[in-house]
This record gives sequence, C-alpha cells and structure tokens, in this order.
Amino acid sequence: MRVFCLVFLTVLLAAACKTTEPTYYYGAYPQAIYSYFKADETSLSQQILILEQVIEQAQGKGKPVAPGVHAHLGMLYFESGNAEQGVSHFEQEKALFPESAAYLDFLMNNTAGAKT
Amino acid sequence: MRQVQLTIVLICVALTSACVSMPPAHDYTAFRNADPHSILILPPLNKSTEVVAPYSVMSQLVTPIAESGFYVFPVAVVDQTFKNNGLTVANDIQALPIQKIREIFAADAALYLTIEQYGTNYVVLASDTVVGVSATLVDLRTGDTLWQGAASASSAESRGNNGGGLVGMLVEAALNQIIETVTDRGFDIAAITSNRLLSADSHNGLLHGPRSTKYGQAATSENQK
Repeated sequence: MRVFCLVFLTVLLAAACKTTEPTYYYGAYPQAIYSYFKADETSLSQQILILEQVIEQAQGKGKPVAPGVHAHLGMLYFESGNAEQGVSHFEQEKALFPESAAYLDFLMNNTAGAKT
Repeated sequence: MRQVQLTIVLICVALTSACVSMPPAHDYTAFRNADPHSILILPPLNKSTEVVAPYSVMSQLVTPIAESGFYVFPVAVVDQTFKNNGLTVANDIQALPIQKIREIFAADAALYLTIEQYGTNYVVLASDTVVGVSATLVDLRTGDTLWQGAASASSAESRGNNGGGLVGMLVEAALNQIIETVTDRGFDIAAITSNRLLSADSHNGLLHGPRSTKYGQAATSENQK
C-alpha cells in the first residue's frame, strides 16, 4: 500500500511538472546579454565565441536559435571591427525573423563606413 | 495504515495549496484586436538600489516573450542604439514619443517596465533575494495599452515550488554557467519573475503570439474560469 502511494505521488508530481519543450534554443544567450551590459571582464572575442557556440549547439539539437542571437552576435562583430561578419549575422537575423528587417537595415545604413 | 491516511491528507493539502485564489482574468480584448507580432523591451525604470538590476531583468525578459510566440528585439543592440543617440537614462527613453520609437524599430508593441524590488533582504536567520517587476505593453501604432501585469519571485520560495517549467529553466541556467561572473542570485531569480510576469503559460501573462503553436487560443487565465 505504501509503495502504491509512493508511485501514485510520483506520477502525480510528474504530471504536475510536465513542461512544454521550449521553441527556441537559448544556451548562454541571456548570460551573454548580461555580461555585455555589465561590461564585465568577459572580452569581446570571448563573447563572440560564446554566441558562436550557442548557434552551433542549436544546430546540433536541430532547434531554431532564439530571436536576437544573430543580431547580438552581429553587433559584437561590428564592435570588434569585423563588419563583414557583422553584416552576415544581421542578414541571418533578418532571414529568420523578418520583423527585425527594418531596424537592422536602419542600423546597417547608419553604420556603413562608421563603427557602431 | 495511519501513514497512508497521512499521506493522502498531505497530497490533498499540497493540491489545494497549489490552487489558491487566482486573481480574475485579464480582459484581453484590446491585445487580441491589436495582434502585435513583435515586442520591443525598453530599458526599465529602476526603483531598487542595485545598479545591475535593469541589466539582469532585461537579459531574462527575452526568453518568456520569445517562447510566448513574439519576435523580441535584441535588447543589448536596442540599448546600444539608444546610447548612440545620446539616450542613456531609462526615464528619458520611456518618455519618447511612440511614433519616434516605431520609426526606428518598426516594432508593433513596446514593453514599459519598472523594477519595483531587486536585491537581498538580510534577516536574522535567513536571507532571501527578491525581484519584483511591473510592466505595461503599449501598442506603438495607436498608443493603446494592451496588457499590464506585475510579478515577483523570491529565493525563499524555491523549496517545493510547483513551477516545473521554471525548474527546467533553472537547471538549464545552471548548466549554462559558462560565464562565471554572472552567477549572481538576482539574475536567477529575475528569470523566475520574468517568466511569471510574461509567459503565455502563466496566469494573466501575455497572449500566445503568432510564432506560437497555440496562437489564437485563449489565454491561460481565460481558461481557468
């Protein structure tokens, strides 16, 4: 009887805790944003590496990358002077999320030639 | 046998306590009619004394909004755009005319936030970290208020809480502690607050957005009649 109770309780708890699988893959994206905001000791190239890993991990899991990851990474590339990669990631964000197109075009038109 | 009875009583208590009086459901009419597809998170006003509070909260708001089915503008890039235009104070940014914001970002709606509480309260035997946030979603095309909410979370409630999704998120967060310097408590609690406040799966959270498989369905609180 006690065993039955335990099993019942476990099933009940498991049912109550059923989680829906997230739509997107985030990885360390929130941590990367926080790190960028705080301007902590994480260097620009480290931050780039972290987001490149997020994208890689998302591909490995066959999940779409979260909105903003490519745009954020693009910004980091622009800041590090690599405009080519910056544009490439902005374009990927636009392709995945057309809602961002007008804003990112605005940024690219404004930063053409100049740094962000 | 007495133990069995005790167990049953405990289960009942646990179940009922999980269902304590929920506030009445929001009126989602304006939200539904406006049907926003993209949400811009504006830098929050900060009533706490913690300088990192807005950073932490902004970083954690992305997930619940995106998971609810909306496009979320990249918060750090957005913040940088304001800074490059000489806007470094949240008060000034939140006072901008909506037409101006819409012009630059082309977002359908903007989230105006206030951090009501952020930090650790030290008491004699234990201390807990609390993050409380209130928010208003404004339609950038019309200026109408589409949704309002407030939520808070505390580290003191972590034992035996019932939010499975949150536990999952925290586990995920723990696994992702690649950047060691960001492992502060407030950041973790802010994730729970954000999820409670905004997730379409939370009581009185956002509606399910166009990128969600539940798009068009009733809000969570509308189902709990």
